[in-house]
Amino acid sequence: MSDATNTGATAREVIEQIDRARIELPELDRKYFCDEAPKVVEPYRGIVEKFLNWARSESLWILGFGTGCGAIELRPLMTARYDMYRYGIQPRPTPRQSSVFIIGGYASVKTMKRIVRSYEQMQNPKFVMGLGSCTVNGGMYWDSYNTVNRLDHYIPVDVYVAGCMPRPESLLAGFMQLKLRIREGRAEGANEYARNFDWYKANQKQIIKDWNMPDYNW
Amino acid sequence: MSNATIAGGREVTPEVIYEDLIARFKAGSPDRRRDDLMFITVPQAEAVAAITHLKEHWGFRHLAFFTAVDLIERNLFRLTYMLHSYEASIDVCLQADISRDAPIADTIHHLWAGASTYERELKEMFGIDFPGCPRVDEPFALEGWDEIPPMRRDFDTRAYSERTFFPRDGREKHDKVDIMKKELYPEVDL
Repeated sequence: MSDATNTGATAREVIEQIDRARIELPELDRKYFCDEAPKVVEPYRGIVEKFLNWARSESLWILGFGTGCGAIELRPLMTARYDMYRYGIQPRPTPRQSSVFIIGGYASVKTMKRIVRSYEQMQNPKFVMGLGSCTVNGGMYWDSYNTVNRLDHYIPVDVYVAGCMPRPESLLAGFMQLKLRIREGRAEGANEYARNFDWYKANQKQIIKDWNMPDYNW
Repeated sequence: MSNATIAGGREVTPEVIYEDLIARFKAGSPDRRRDDLMFITVPQAEAVAAITHLKEHWGFRHLAFFTAVDLIERNLFRLTYMLHSYEASIDVCLQADISRDAPIADTIHHLWAGASTYERELKEMFGIDFPGCPRVDEPFALEGWDEIPPMRRDFDTRAYSERTFFPRDGREKHDKVDIMKKELYPEVDL
């Protein structure tokens, strides 16, 4: 299935489209695509990192990607009653602009493929919040043929918000927890992903059987 | 009971429809669930003709759903077409059995374009093929599935989940059998 990776051609040269048609990238376009594995970015030391972490924790931008039924809880959070903007939290339309990825409930295998792809497109530093019981242990779909049980085996998770489904207040508490974690310098999910890249990839490939994307997604 | 008069001035009632179906399509005995809901079994070879007749002659223009039931004890898949008539406010459910060994059925995508999505799903979830249905071979909800179709009753979804999805330890289970034994019949050995 994964012709693009098996033939030894790098992702820069060949990309495989959804319909399995392989197209070669023109020379001019290759510089826009990346096929390098994510690298560990060591944090700064001392007061610089503390300042950066404070800034990061005060401007959490959510990826606008509702991946399950729990994503419905984000709407009251955005609007007047719970108003997450007062904490510096706001939704962004693309992965490249976002720093927080909320997995809103059950993640099916088909969604997992898009989750991995979106997560890898986000820029460092990036944080993941598992929303709902399904991300913790599969929730009520724990014995389903199509729902992953443990989200943290596929992407690193910073904060879990348990509940089926959690109220917006719980989500806000989760955000406060995430802020605390970032300020303490413990929200190193992106580096953890880079360090254990092979383990994460092996887990992802175990469930995503038609792996028709490059190992590192641009 | 509704008293709509369509289809050549005749009153549309479940009885009239049933008599018509038995005369034309060798329908089996009906199962009247409610005044306005009737289940009828027709042979698979007559199913598309019966549905076409119901749609074009009796005014059952709405395909409410189309699914299959896995009757593994009888080695059958029971295709279930739920049709609704807006004029008469009647539901008629046509059922057609196909063998589990060769699960191939006739497509109805020419009657309702939306039926092709049902058929694509049935192909994926039950392995029932509908030759001629557009895009029936493309994956619908599952991508790269390599086991037996998951909605078949001989597929053990729990075993599959446990060996695939890294179950987390410490889950508290509330199995009905265990709870009933503990609370109601502690002396019975199950």
